[in-house]
Amino acid sequence: MEIVLDIISWALLICGGVFCIIGGIGIIRLPDVFTRMHAAGIIDTLGAVAIFMGLMVQAGFTLITVKLALMTIFMMFTNPTATHAVARAALGEGLIPLTYDDEDEDLSDYVLADGELLEPDTNDKEPGPSKT
Amino acid sequence: MFAAAAAAVLVTMGLVLVRAIKGPSVYDRILATSNFGTLTVVLIAIVGFLSGRPEFLDIALVYALINFIGAIAVSKFVQFGGVAHPLGKDDPGDI
Repeated sequence: MEIVLDIISWALLICGGVFCIIGGIGIIRLPDVFTRMHAAGIIDTLGAVAIFMGLMVQAGFTLITVKLALMTIFMMFTNPTATHAVARAALGEGLIPLTYDDEDEDLSDYVLADGELLEPDTNDKEPGPSKT
Repeated sequence: MFAAAAAAVLVTMGLVLVRAIKGPSVYDRILATSNFGTLTVVLIAIVGFLSGRPEFLDIALVYALINFIGAIAVSKFVQFGGVAHPLGKDDPGDI
């Protein structure tokens, strides 16, 4: 019984670590602030919650498990709220999300709502079936 | 196995810190800092288990609370130039 709980705990801890690293790579590599928020959500919810659940299995029925459960519930409420606040602040500032796939443009530039920067020209890459 | 999870969290903290340093806009930096705080909470919990003293969880709980308030306050400060500003132009908000 002990070894079963240990295996479950280790699996959850490894899953949490792998999801954390995936989210970190996404934060480095994704092109836009809004897409980076998606990667940040992986770290905030999946990675942290999996690691906390692994620690909970390791701790057993003690006060430590109660504290870990409180932290898990609190983080699952507050981290999406914080990400939503940052996204709303970014939208209010004038950053608009990248919604088109363009390999020629430098995707690390940002599109301002009133600027001419990175205006998508869809003349030659219309995805509909009328062009081709 | 705690050491492996702690190592993964440390690697992720490094990656997030790279984004916080070179982020093009201030929102990248806010997002990366918030994520760094979350990873710090996880790391404190793991280190508490690793050293056999899970009483560190109280510190982690307080750090999670401060991290949430900080992320909200900094995003509001950057957007409006002040923390006590209402959210909308005409809407006075619930202050």
